Amino acid sequence: MKLKTTLLASVIAIAPMAALAADLTIGFSQIGSESGWRAAETTVTKQEAQKRGIDLKFADAQQKQENQIKAIRSFIAQGVDAILIAPVVATGWDEVLEEAKDAEIPVVLLDRTVDADESLYLTAVTSDLVHEGKVAGEWLVAEMAGADCRIVELQGTTGSSPAIDRKSGFEQGISGHDNLEIVRSQTGDFTRAQGKVVMESFLKAEGGETICALYAHNDDMAVGAIQAIKEAGLKPGEDIKIVAIDAVPDAHKAIADGEMNATIELTPNMAGPALDALEAYLADGTVPDKWIQTESKLFTAADDNMAIFNEKKDLGY
Amino acid sequence: MTSQTVGPRPSIMRRILPQLVILIVALALNVAVFPEFFQIDFRNGRLFGNLIDVLNRGAPVALLCIGMTLVIATKGIDLSVGAVMAIAGAVAASVVVEGHGWGMALLAALAAGGLCGLWNGFLVAVLRIQPIVATLVLMVAGRGIAQLVTEGKILTFDNAGLIHLGAGTVAGLPTPILIWLALGALVTCVVRKTALGMLIEAIGINERSSRLAGINSRVLLVCVYLVSGLCAALAGVIVAADIKGADANNAGLWLELDAILAVVIGGNSLLGGRFSIVASLIGALIIQSINSVILLSGLPPEFNLVIKALLILGILVIQSPRIGTYIYMLKASGPQPQPDAPPIRSTKEETAR
Repeated sequence: MKLKTTLLASVIAIAPMAALAADLTIGFSQIGSESGWRAAETTVTKQEAQKRGIDLKFADAQQKQENQIKAIRSFIAQGVDAILIAPVVATGWDEVLEEAKDAEIPVVLLDRTVDADESLYLTAVTSDLVHEGKVAGEWLVAEMAGADCRIVELQGTTGSSPAIDRKSGFEQGISGHDNLEIVRSQTGDFTRAQGKVVMESFLKAEGGETICALYAHNDDMAVGAIQAIKEAGLKPGEDIKIVAIDAVPDAHKAIADGEMNATIELTPNMAGPALDALEAYLADGTVPDKWIQTESKLFTAADDNMAIFNEKKDLGY
Repeated sequence: MTSQTVGPRPSIMRRILPQLVILIVALALNVAVFPEFFQIDFRNGRLFGNLIDVLNRGAPVALLCIGMTLVIATKGIDLSVGAVMAIAGAVAASVVVEGHGWGMALLAALAAGGLCGLWNGFLVAVLRIQPIVATLVLMVAGRGIAQLVTEGKILTFDNAGLIHLGAGTVAGLPTPILIWLALGALVTCVVRKTALGMLIEAIGINERSSRLAGINSRVLLVCVYLVSGLCAALAGVIVAADIKGADANNAGLWLELDAILAVVIGGNSLLGGRFSIVASLIGALIIQSINSVILLSGLPPEFNLVIKALLILGILVIQSPRIGTYIYMLKASGPQPQPDAPPIRSTKEETAR
């Protein structure tokens, strides 16, 4: 009984708030807090909404699709102006997306796409995983400038789409350059601990001095590998060039310390481009492309990594 | 069965011989894929070589299987050790991040692990919940607790003392190796130089009759889960110290299964009773040697789990009682000896209580 009263009271309390808020109200259904990157995405989305004076209704689905569908239905019932979804899985969205379409509420997908008809959502804002790998490969090609280089690769979790795409992207990036050769490739499960363990075995199996570069599918594995390289008495960043993907704060710190050479950003700011597209669409009906690719920005020692580290460290990574 | 409980103890060498043979075969496999496997250099103030890696990387599972062996000897199981590792690592990291020393961090982590162990022991010994269910609670909830402690991120630290526990060396030997060797020796001594080991075995074989014989089984059960929690805490601190950060999502993930596997490869029965910590520790080294073969082979990672599964299947088949009897019969090649009757343990008595 008491619970019901509280619920009722909170509904009554929320209703006028929505009416009072700024001209745009947008619902955001987030997957949950599965990783540091995800937490940063949530923080940045809230910041972006605040910057634009948008009233953001946030729903954490705790990694469950049914929670996301419930949240979307409640957003529709509340009559929001638009909905952002970071879909936890690819399938099973048709029905709820059609409900949103019937209510004439535009839906933007963040970070991941869904297996549904394209007409059911306005646009999808995602990074291009293959492109990220390619940027890493091209950076190494330029860095080596024709010199011979034996590369070891730390893959992500076997069979996961980031691992597959970042691997093939890197191979595209270095293709046609015979001086570059991937000599060992093994999974480090995207974790620091496994990155360190696998790097240790690379250093012994190949002989640390013959390895010239490390490509890791994410920064965490690179950070683990840096420790393994140091323990083997080599200088990470100098003896072995290190390039990885994600641009988490610790990677910026490692670059600032000279222990890592480059990282490619998987930006947590998916909401910025999404909200830009939505604002344009709601203002004058500009229909954006079905896919908005976020920038895969390359960070090297040339950037002020300490400043970026300080900026990023409070985002929740 | 009867030969297990009465009569003179068979020598330790005879008990661990099968495990030693398997370990030698696993190491030989390593040499086959990487001829310089046994080469050890002295580099950067530490011993540097694949064999050292096997001993060092095997440390978490070795530590876990010390506690796990005792728990399994009481016919129990502890599924929560991986999650307890995550909690202990998170606690240790948050203590040093707040500016306390590494000793304080280690104590806090051990206290957290001990508390988890006491909780498991309470559920099993006092509330009489089946061990697999009782420890499942903490296995599921523990990672959440660890995430609450780290606030969902990888909590990194810089404390030299704490890092030394995971990544440092003593006289050139990585610290984790010394820790698991010392703890293994200590626990083995305590349970074998006193009657404690026998009492634990008695509980595993028949808890009711051991209670009737005057063993305080409740306290002993709580104690074995406590030891398991403490071992897990130590493993968690080592894993966190190794990467200079507490990763609540991944620290100790699935290691409970490796620990149980190590105990089983060590020839200990999941039905409780006779146990050997030394054999379990060799089991842990066998698992790590297999991991090492996979890494050194240079095969694509898609093969990792298949290779591991095949090798472990092979080990378990060789150890199975049927095959053992068959080999024995082949060797004897005389009149066929009667195969040992499978141990029949009635659980009806206990439920009837």
